[in-house]
Amino acid sequence: MNLAALMIADSRFPGGGHVHSGGLEEAVARKLVTDERSLRSFLVGRLRTAGALSAVFASAATRGRYAELDAEFDARTPSPAQRNASRVQGRGIARAAKRAWPSPVLTELLRVTPRPHHPVIVGALVGDPFEAAQTVAYHAVTGPATGAIRLLGLDPFGVNAILAHLAPEIDAVAATAADHADTAPEDLPAPSAPGLDLLAEAHDRHHSEEVRLFVS
Amino acid sequence: MSADHVHPVNFDPADPGHDPHDHSDHEHRAVRLGIGGPVGSGKTALTAALCRALGGSVNLAVVTNDIYTTEDADFLRAAGVLDVDRIEAVQTGACPHTAIRDDITANLDAVELLEHRFPGLELVIIESGGDNLTAVFSRGLVDRQIFVVDVAGGDKVPRKGGPGVTTADLLVINKTDLAPMVGADLGVMTADAHRMRGELPVISQSLVDTPDAPAVADWVRAQLRTLAAVS
Repeated sequence: MNLAALMIADSRFPGGGHVHSGGLEEAVARKLVTDERSLRSFLVGRLRTAGALSAVFASAATRGRYAELDAEFDARTPSPAQRNASRVQGRGIARAAKRAWPSPVLTELLRVTPRPHHPVIVGALVGDPFEAAQTVAYHAVTGPATGAIRLLGLDPFGVNAILAHLAPEIDAVAATAADHADTAPEDLPAPSAPGLDLLAEAHDRHHSEEVRLFVS
Repeated sequence: MSADHVHPVNFDPADPGHDPHDHSDHEHRAVRLGIGGPVGSGKTALTAALCRALGGSVNLAVVTNDIYTTEDADFLRAAGVLDVDRIEAVQTGACPHTAIRDDITANLDAVELLEHRFPGLELVIIESGGDNLTAVFSRGLVDRQIFVVDVAGGDKVPRKGGPGVTTADLLVINKTDLAPMVGADLGVMTADAHRMRGELPVISQSLVDTPDAPAVADWVRAQLRTLAAVS
């Protein structure tokens, strides 16, 4: 795996990812996730929907066409809160990448979309369709997993083992996504999770009523 | 967009009208002042005092970090010291020190949003979430930082050190009016603070006695003059 992919996947990467829980905080507030078992279920669901969507777009973004992919990702993300969370994280990666990996490719990407969706800029930076897809599929589950450790005090070794045991499923999602590297943006798959959309919107609404610790 | 795929409305993200939140191209940079310190030491009260003291002469705005984001922002609004749209709240994902030190992205976004919203902004005060003595602001986020400890937290706090106490540009020992009530020795606190900090300044204050924090406000004005001179 190339170093850019490893760095972006690292939870210590300063791209702003640590303030997002991918809907986990709202799920915890509703007692939908309470322990390792329910966390695993949440993560598998997220991987197969939001993770799979991110993966195909990261894979496709290794071939350019940034403006089209950015718009098509919008079209596949009905929740405004999730669209914003994705763009905020994409812009966070852009801020770090401008210093770490300046390139004509990055300049072109930020020219056509200054606040790119997360998988689009990850695809552009990583370059390899499978590794780009693997990076964002992993990202789709690590954020909520860390959130569960922070919010529920779950055993970090238990949560880490859950992530490790998801490896075959993460790789399967990435392999399917890699096959779509050359698919036209408008023909890319659109896996969706209405449950996550609703959690994201509820999270946003509850911000105005009670304290939320994560942005999403 | 391919010719055979046309949206009824414009979804082109390159269209300037598409993303109302983009604020990546701004020219002006305000001075950034971090205020950190343990929970309950009086960071928000100091922030409000500085807004009162400086707000009339300095074009300023505030970024608050949770954990009680909403309450802190409400406190500042209720204090009537700052327009609501000059306060931005940041969520830190339950890690207040990470948001000011290791990954400052969310705070930078908030600062730049305020700079974009108020052209000519001179000062942004970034108030950290309540943390512990190991917290410190990244130099990538702030130009100067104040660390606030309080008398009621115990008079041994300064000698415990930590990067906030030892390296902050200003250490404020707050709530001096409480010293007799909690049995804290102010002399020990200030002596320890100076011993730990060498030449770096220490200000002891009570917002009960001086609600507008005049000594700290003077220090901030001096920093603004210094930073304006070098920029």
